[in-house]
Amino acid sequence: MDKKEVIKSSILEGKSFKFGDDISTDLIAPGRYFHLRSNMPELAKHVLEDADPEFAGKVRKGDFVVAGRNFGLGSSREHAPTIIKMAGVGAVLAKSFARIFFRNSINIGLPVLICDTDRIDDQDNLEIDLGKGIIRNLAKGTELKFSPLPDVMIKLLNDGGLVEHITKNKGFNL
Amino acid sequence: MGKTIAEKIISSHAGRDVKPNDITVVDVDVVMAQDGTGPLAVSQLKKMGFDKVKNPAKSIFFIDHASPSPRKELSNSHTVLREYAGNAGMVLSEVGEGVCHQILVESFVSPGDIVIGADSHTCTSGALGAFATGMGSTDIAVGFALAKTWLMVPPTIKVNFNNALAKGVYAKDLIIHLIGKITAEGATYKALEFSGSRSSKMSIEDRFTISNMAVEAGAKAGIFESDEVTKEYLNSIGRAALYKKIFADDDAVYEDIIDIDCSELEPMISKPHTVDNVSPVSMMEKVKVNQVLIGTCTNGRLSDLKIAADILKGRKVASGVRLLVVPASRKIYLDALESGIIKTLIESGAVVESPGCGPCVGVHQGALADNEVCLSTQNRNFKGRMGNPDSFIYLSSPATAAYSAVKGYIADVREIL
Ligand code: SF4
Repeated sequence: MDKKEVIKSSILEGKSFKFGDDISTDLIAPGRYFHLRSNMPELAKHVLEDADPEFAGKVRKGDFVVAGRNFGLGSSREHAPTIIKMAGVGAVLAKSFARIFFRNSINIGLPVLICDTDRIDDQDNLEIDLGKGIIRNLAKGTELKFSPLPDVMIKLLNDGGLVEHITKNKGFNL
Repeated sequence: MGKTIAEKIISSHAGRDVKPNDITVVDVDVVMAQDGTGPLAVSQLKKMGFDKVKNPAKSIFFIDHASPSPRKELSNSHTVLREYAGNAGMVLSEVGEGVCHQILVESFVSPGDIVIGADSHTCTSGALGAFATGMGSTDIAVGFALAKTWLMVPPTIKVNFNNALAKGVYAKDLIIHLIGKITAEGATYKALEFSGSRSSKMSIEDRFTISNMAVEAGAKAGIFESDEVTKEYLNSIGRAALYKKIFADDDAVYEDIIDIDCSELEPMISKPHTVDNVSPVSMMEKVKVNQVLIGTCTNGRLSDLKIAADILKGRKVASGVRLLVVPASRKIYLDALESGIIKTLIESGAVVESPGCGPCVGVHQGALADNEVCLSTQNRNFKGRMGNPDSFIYLSSPATAAYSAVKGYIADVREIL
């Protein structure tokens, strides 16, 4: 773990969908759809439904979820980041994340970026350089940085997630 | 330099001395998933090519969230768990046995263990002096397969609960107060270590309630030292041989120390839609309730049911109120039956459901109608939690819940104590 890891270079582009603070896993993947957990494409049609009922219909591949503090608080359901990813979301940006959600997202290969989201409005066009750690707000002509991820998480993300990491290395190689 | 309890337990499982913010791979003692998270763990295990698990006797699937199953999709998910557990020789906790976190402390966790579970309230086991934390299905699949996980060693915040509790105030009120004080993200990535003159006198069941809600402050773990109370508990459930004293060094370094004078607190309420939206009961307006839930992994234990029964004895649940009671495990259910608690509850008008999560997570057995209000002893009140985003959930102790069921609105139990 000596060498400083960087996220494999890739550029993401899309529109921002803005949410507030304390977006819980109940708002992302509601308990009333518990039975759809065995049918994720169907569950994904309800992603973030209780925070914004229209979101699933509006989001396009590559768009970003942009939120305030403590995104993903609540249950350990990995279905929450999974259906965000399945809806086509390229990355989630927030001022802070709840611990389990953050870890789950990396495990399934969904970039989660901590930055000052006050500087992004709903429907702003963004370009994110994951390797350099830069978010360009094309709508505003501004740039902001996101906090670097721990090296372990970058390794997992670069391997494509935890399942791929374990399969490739036949165990942990962090 | 001395160590906190979390640092000691992680060091012993990493095979080296660790300090806060180190990242390390550790051996894990107990690994579990429940019926909401287990099926995804099974598909990840299969993807990685594992049809066996490393330590089957301490690898458990719990069928507790949708139990008994209300619909075929969930029944099919249960089949996935039964089949995988059967083939891999894992432990399966069936319908009716109870909530995962209660069964874990009754039958699987020992002081000093590392416990990981695909359920955020896995932190409950911290009350036995274990390092117990929640993760997602993929992490847990790897935990089943290898009996290992990676952890970042959390800095620890020490919380001293001092002095005797005032009348009508219980462990639940203490933890709600703490979360209100430090907020829902006040302990994110950190361990909480509970100490102080009150904690050492606290019953094990009260400790379970407090550790259970550590995650509601964002914490990775909520740990009590294991002491004479722990020893007595393990003794009472026939597991005395597993007792080990676990404690922090005197010169352990804490990121913060929070002192709480329990004698100054009153019964507390978490208001919709976040747990840290806290109010003392005396500051509450008159909130009418449609449903009251006493149970869950937070407050479905024998002492909780007894407190409720003592209040409900000779009283009736108000008309227009549904009082649901869910014992957290089969053992608790039986003990409550034998001691007459269940009879008292039913005579007062309560509906008693089979051990499990009950309506806590909005799957079945008590979903709320639009605009309805539920006062619950569970641990979270997020919008939509109990199956309807257009309803309102308040949280309290079992005593406040029982008395409010009688009054028909959120009421101050100290009026009758
Ligand atoms: S009782 Fe509620 S909080 Fe506890 S494990 Fe079940 S669903 Fe989760």
